[in-house]
Amino acid sequence: MNVIVCIKQVPSLANVKIDLETGRFKRDGIESVINPFDKYAVEEGVRIREKIGGKVIVITMGPPQAESALRETISRGADEAFLISDKIFGGSDTLATSYTLSSAIKFIGNYDIIICGKQALDGATAQVGPGVAEMLNIPHVAHVKKIEFIDDKLIRVERMMEDGYDLIESSFPVLLTIIEGINSPRIPSLRGKMFSKKAIIKTLDAETIGVDAKKTGLNGSPTQVMKVFVTQQQRNYGKKFSGDVKEIAVALVKRLSKLGIV
Amino acid sequence: MVMDYMLSEEEQMIVEIARTIAIEKIKPLRDYYDEKEEFPWDIVKEFAKADLFATYIPEEYGGFGKGVMGLVLVVEELCKVDGAISLSLAATALGAFPILISGSEEQKKKYLPDIASGKKIAAFGLTEAGAGSDATGMTTTAVKDGDYYILNGSKRFITNGGDAETYVIFAKTNHSRGARGISCFILEKGDPGFNFGKKEKKMGIRASSTRELVFNDCKIHKCRLLGREGQGLVIAQTTLDNSRPGVAAQALGIATGALNEAVDYARKRVQFGQPIISFQIIQHMLADMATEIEAARALLYASARMIDSGKVRRTSKESAMTKLFCSEVAMKVTTNAVQIFGGYGYTKEYPVEKMMRDAKITTLYEGTSQIQKNEIALNLIKEYVTKSK
Repeated sequence: MNVIVCIKQVPSLANVKIDLETGRFKRDGIESVINPFDKYAVEEGVRIREKIGGKVIVITMGPPQAESALRETISRGADEAFLISDKIFGGSDTLATSYTLSSAIKFIGNYDIIICGKQALDGATAQVGPGVAEMLNIPHVAHVKKIEFIDDKLIRVERMMEDGYDLIESSFPVLLTIIEGINSPRIPSLRGKMFSKKAIIKTLDAETIGVDAKKTGLNGSPTQVMKVFVTQQQRNYGKKFSGDVKEIAVALVKRLSKLGIV
Repeated sequence: MVMDYMLSEEEQMIVEIARTIAIEKIKPLRDYYDEKEEFPWDIVKEFAKADLFATYIPEEYGGFGKGVMGLVLVVEELCKVDGAISLSLAATALGAFPILISGSEEQKKKYLPDIASGKKIAAFGLTEAGAGSDATGMTTTAVKDGDYYILNGSKRFITNGGDAETYVIFAKTNHSRGARGISCFILEKGDPGFNFGKKEKKMGIRASSTRELVFNDCKIHKCRLLGREGQGLVIAQTTLDNSRPGVAAQALGIATGALNEAVDYARKRVQFGQPIISFQIIQHMLADMATEIEAARALLYASARMIDSGKVRRTSKESAMTKLFCSEVAMKVTTNAVQIFGGYGYTKEYPVEKMMRDAKITTLYEGTSQIQKNEIALNLIKEYVTKSK
């Protein structure tokens, strides 16, 4: 069972700033961390391997600095990691990212499960996971809260819904996006940390994975950020009733019936 | 900025992992274990998974070969948050050192890998009810009977007692030879005639088990003898040379934790219309605490490096100085931390009262502060006698 986990490096939440001119995150000098949701994805991948064997390969698309995030996933139990990095990938939106990642996954090949966090902490679109599945033409289940059963032929998962959960079965290959709380990510061991320092992280560029330059980066991105602004909260909602309890109750019921609520 | 001790990249990794476990795993449970006096098995498992039991064990026995320095870094970091839970690990080291120092290749291969992996924890049994500072006053005996030894007697105040699987025990094999009549044995939980007595109720380090070990015609094969007959006391002393920095690290960790709490509180606590940290008396107290802690750390790391260099056969004086200084600093710093907190510090609402209770043991076990001074003085005299010859 080979598992590919897609991760993203995001700015540490503690000190995020937005460039109001470009509408993008100011990433310079900001400490980057593994997208918190993706830590659950890595842990779940490692648990699958521990249960039924195989290997866990972690990939990320990003600048060369993203290598440190990949090393961290190796210290957390992943077997291999690839950095998908090329200048032409810069400025990719979710469509271009899904395309680029799916090209890399095709290049790596031989996978049974792809796991993504449910969304990234910064963009929070939750589109890339399902996007990758579509481009690979494989089934996906989003918002997985538990892997209920897995063997070498079948997986059964619980998908979180607003009013409970769905139980979904799938054959392989399949892509899962998983939610926080599905597991408790392990603390890297000393052996894992030492091993991760020495691990060789291979870089895959546009030519290697054979992407169409028109479909990646800014060229391949139909969505562009127009404007970023801070919303003003309206504070004049609500009405305060005063008086004794009976008066307040009467006034409240009157008001609610006037609004057609009761 | 903090003082730079030129830790290697791997030593920094050890610190980082220990810190994460202390904050994520120990902190939420420290009050629970202190209150309930339970052995912290949940957290022991975390230590094992993170390889923290393995730092000081040589690589050929499943460890990382980071020496006494590797051990003290772990203990210090864990004790910044809790001075008791890490004893499961520190006292295991105390039980592992005699095997490391005097064990045969077979004994090392049999016992050390399980200790390194955290599968089994260990304990060290020297003290008896009537033999504390004077270890030679022990009455536990081991009588040879063919290929076996028969042990009788009891050991008191044994850390990890009852919870450990592997025990290193000292017993008299020859009364007439006094200090040279003591031998050292490896015992396993479940050995016939090896039982546990009462568990102590203590002022501090309450998450650590302290039990009596009882030997009633306990029969063990001679392959359990560590070193040769009569070498017991030397093995014990050499073990303490290696393990006392561990106690010092515990003390230093607790002291650092207390300083962190005190600075934090002094910045928030407002009296006379200003945070109490703006008063010079508080600043001077904190400055003294910080300076003594840093001096203690410098001494500890220097001693640990000296032991690990292997250039000298014995480091009794340096180890004793380190343990003496760090433990006395810990007592002073934790007492002053409570003082800065005032009445609140005396309550269980804040962690400093526990830190003060936990710190006290470090001036007592593995030799009281007074015994450390005896050791230091004895070695001083020896050195000066040698010089003047």
